[in-house]
Amino acid sequence: MRKDFPLALSALALIWVGSTLLPQGSSGPVDLNGFGRLPALVDGRLKPLDTVARTGLLMLQGRQRVVAPGGHTVPPVAWLLDVFYRPALADSYPVFRIDHPDVLSLFGLGTGDAATGVRFSFVQLQPKLAELDRQADLATPVESAIRTPFQRAVIELRDHVAYYARLKYTLEPPEASDFLAELDDPARLAADRTSIESIRDFSLLRVVPPALSPGRPEQWQNVGHVLLGGPDAGTGAADPARRVRFFAGLGQAWRAQDSATFNSQLAGYQSDLAEHFGAVVRKCAWESYFNKAEPFTTSMVLYLLAFVLAAASWLRWPTELGRSAIRMMDIGFILATTGILARMWIENRPPVTNLYSSALFIGWGSVGLCLLLERINRNAVASAAGGLIGFCTLIIAHHLSLSGDTMEMMRAVLDSNFWLSTHVVTVTTGYAATFLAGFLAVIYILRGVLTRSLDRRTADSLARMVYGIVCFATFFSFVGTVLGGIWADQSWGRFWGWDPKENGALIIVLWNAAILHCRWAGLIRQRGLMAMAVCGNIVTSWSWFGTNMLGIGLHSYGFTDAAFYGLISFVATQILLIVLVLLPPARWRSSPAGPA
Amino acid sequence: MRPNVMTSIGKALLGFFNSLKLTVALLILSILLIFAATLDQVHLGVWGVQEKYFRSFFIFTQIRGTGLSLPIFPGGYLLGALLLPNLLVAHFCRFRLSWRKSGIWMTHLGLILLLVGQGLSGILQRDNQMRIDVGQTRRYTESFRETELALIDVTDPDHDRVVAIPMARLEGKDPIRHAFLPFAIRPVAYYPNAQLRPRAQMPSPLPSLATAGLGPDVAVEPTPITYKADDTNFPTAYIEILGKDGSLGTFLVSTMIVERQVLTYEGRTWHMILRPERDYLPFSLTLLKFTHDIYPGTDIPKDFASTIRLRSDDARDDREIRIFMNNPLRYGGRAFYQAGYANNDRTSVLQVVSNPSWQVPYLSCALIALGLAVEFGIHLFGFFRRRPTGESSKLAASP
Repeated sequence: MRKDFPLALSALALIWVGSTLLPQGSSGPVDLNGFGRLPALVDGRLKPLDTVARTGLLMLQGRQRVVAPGGHTVPPVAWLLDVFYRPALADSYPVFRIDHPDVLSLFGLGTGDAATGVRFSFVQLQPKLAELDRQADLATPVESAIRTPFQRAVIELRDHVAYYARLKYTLEPPEASDFLAELDDPARLAADRTSIESIRDFSLLRVVPPALSPGRPEQWQNVGHVLLGGPDAGTGAADPARRVRFFAGLGQAWRAQDSATFNSQLAGYQSDLAEHFGAVVRKCAWESYFNKAEPFTTSMVLYLLAFVLAAASWLRWPTELGRSAIRMMDIGFILATTGILARMWIENRPPVTNLYSSALFIGWGSVGLCLLLERINRNAVASAAGGLIGFCTLIIAHHLSLSGDTMEMMRAVLDSNFWLSTHVVTVTTGYAATFLAGFLAVIYILRGVLTRSLDRRTADSLARMVYGIVCFATFFSFVGTVLGGIWADQSWGRFWGWDPKENGALIIVLWNAAILHCRWAGLIRQRGLMAMAVCGNIVTSWSWFGTNMLGIGLHSYGFTDAAFYGLISFVATQILLIVLVLLPPARWRSSPAGPA
Repeated sequence: MRPNVMTSIGKALLGFFNSLKLTVALLILSILLIFAATLDQVHLGVWGVQEKYFRSFFIFTQIRGTGLSLPIFPGGYLLGALLLPNLLVAHFCRFRLSWRKSGIWMTHLGLILLLVGQGLSGILQRDNQMRIDVGQTRRYTESFRETELALIDVTDPDHDRVVAIPMARLEGKDPIRHAFLPFAIRPVAYYPNAQLRPRAQMPSPLPSLATAGLGPDVAVEPTPITYKADDTNFPTAYIEILGKDGSLGTFLVSTMIVERQVLTYEGRTWHMILRPERDYLPFSLTLLKFTHDIYPGTDIPKDFASTIRLRSDDARDDREIRIFMNNPLRYGGRAFYQAGYANNDRTSVLQVVSNPSWQVPYLSCALIALGLAVEFGIHLFGFFRRRPTGESSKLAASP
């Protein structure tokens, strides 16, 4: 039984992973998945409506699930359909998250007014929207670096309300009761001109494909453009108008909850679209499937499991639990690799393009290195470190995804796949390795100080790993930093400009070099090496996140700035670990290494 | 006995610079310096930080109330000046030239080159810009920070004669004379940054120092120098023009005044303007077309590009070039980068850098990267070869 444990666990994990990857049918009779796969041009990228719904909800309320006032759960795409076609109903869904107590009191609301804690509906906000607007206007002229938490909260909430309001002006005017009939009646359409102009000017989504396939992305139009014959309406306008009728018809069916009509109309439209815009439709279908499969969430759980199993293996069943930990890491790693590859294919980009994908990649790189290390030294130490880093980076990635679409377009100066794939990938690998050295040191310290499990052999093998990884980190962070300098020389004419992010990378290089030179000079031995490696965690986390926080102002961290407090508490734990490692060896429960 | 004293001082110095502890100390001091400089960028801006932290031997702090400045931390130049001999001594005294040490050798040689190259860049690099409208031809670039007082003799309709005086000369007190100028210029007052307002709008303006030109109608309010990236300094000065028979009046000049002030003397007409320092090129650039693409449905810039016609004075070059993001034009010892745009996409802003040592970092970084790869490759190889024998108690350290 004990012997079969790794195999049994792996089988269970594989079944679970398989179940998350199976294409899921819609929960109700309406083909929500099909609607979610329809493409729209948003923020410069053609993406499925499913992504629009999910990223919109994440941004507004920090999660994808909507809990209607009746207590039942509304899937993201159904929420989007309601915003488009039943705005009065959508207004009653609590999708605005408000944390700041002063903002709540601005609306005369308390946490007791929300069925779901901190989320409120548009109806609840409506009476005081003018006041919100006034407060946000007061806050806007203040330089973003020195805004108070309240000022930032009102500006953010106003942006959210504006986003929601613009979302309502997408497929038909929110006040239209029977838009399909209106389309056939020029007089009614003319009377409604102001609303349609609002759609043309404010709609975030361009859902109508160009008249001629395949067309360029910028030729996609919104419903207002088509109806009013905007600047791009030009050729073959008959075809786009037909698509506007389709969306109006779909709205009719959704309002009546007539799933048969909805599904058949949708199917017709889909096959029409697939015929002319096959490539776009395929990509959007994949992205929508990718959104539902959530591979990173699954691998996050697997990494955590790997960490727990590896840590447990130091106390009991070293072979079986250790082997199970590796299996869990393997499966999680393969899943994360697939996820990253899928993102690369959808985006047509190298793996790291923004902070979110850097978190994915740092986790991926560290786990990859750990899998390698674990095969050299089978003592579950690298599995534990890899599991922990993988889990932490995916948690960080999840929080970073709350700010909106994680596949955003690259600004002109960054729009270079060559430099993104060389400089960014290399320097991120350097970050990953420095973190890995630090986390291995954390394991050394915790096991040594708190348990008796750190024997001489394990301690030496850990020290060897840390030293090797620091060498690896020095190399990659140096090469990455230099490639960044060359990129800067190519685009701005200076190799080095003392920009905060550049400085952060340079500090990592210097710190790793300092560790190596201390070691070579004999200034440190095992415990000193561990202390310095843990300090590397502080250095790297500052370079990764701290430098970005400078941009939003050094003195402006408010109660709501979770990332800043996350960074501070992480640094505090690392300092505590450094204090622990400096404890005299007599106070350690294990006594592996002798003098520091 | 003197030679002995010299030898022992030399030995002591050699010993000091040959120390790995010094290397570690310098590395850690550099980290602290860069960290502090990065945080201080919020207050000083990137340019101010470079002056205070990196282009200095010491960082000074003022003792409150006394006006005394005390050095509290070594600056970038001092750390570099210590690191360079440290590297050189280690390089030539410590490392034996052998295959096993070849990685370390290359790494440190590359580092020496990098330090020297960055020092050279700091001295030799010039950053200018060129603002050019569509259809316009330009044959000079303008400095970001330095200004000059231009005196232009426009009497001859066929050509102008220009005398440009660097702003630094106006900070002194001595009258400025030039063979081409029939008069002398006496600096009266100088402000590195000032705001100018019409006197009529001020409730109780101070009396103006100016007696001629636009100056008497303008109130000058000196302001501290700004280091912020999106703010501009407006250097301002009062200058008195001294003819053969005495003063011709005191003028106010400032980069805030964009129109030329006129002075007539001995039958010749002179224009006077304070403008960014110019660097004339041995070739001309004509902006044929500027494009600025954004992603559809957003205002995120996708690409900027300037199509330029380049004509050299010796008529050897006459061709069209496209300058866009990450694709500069390198010509005549200068590099032209697409930096921005203005004026509703009618004006293209090019950044112009001349740095004769721009290739040094490429070479040094290639050396270091290769050196590190060799060094750690040797370690890794040794690690894998030793592993199966079970020897595990010693670190694969100490090169």
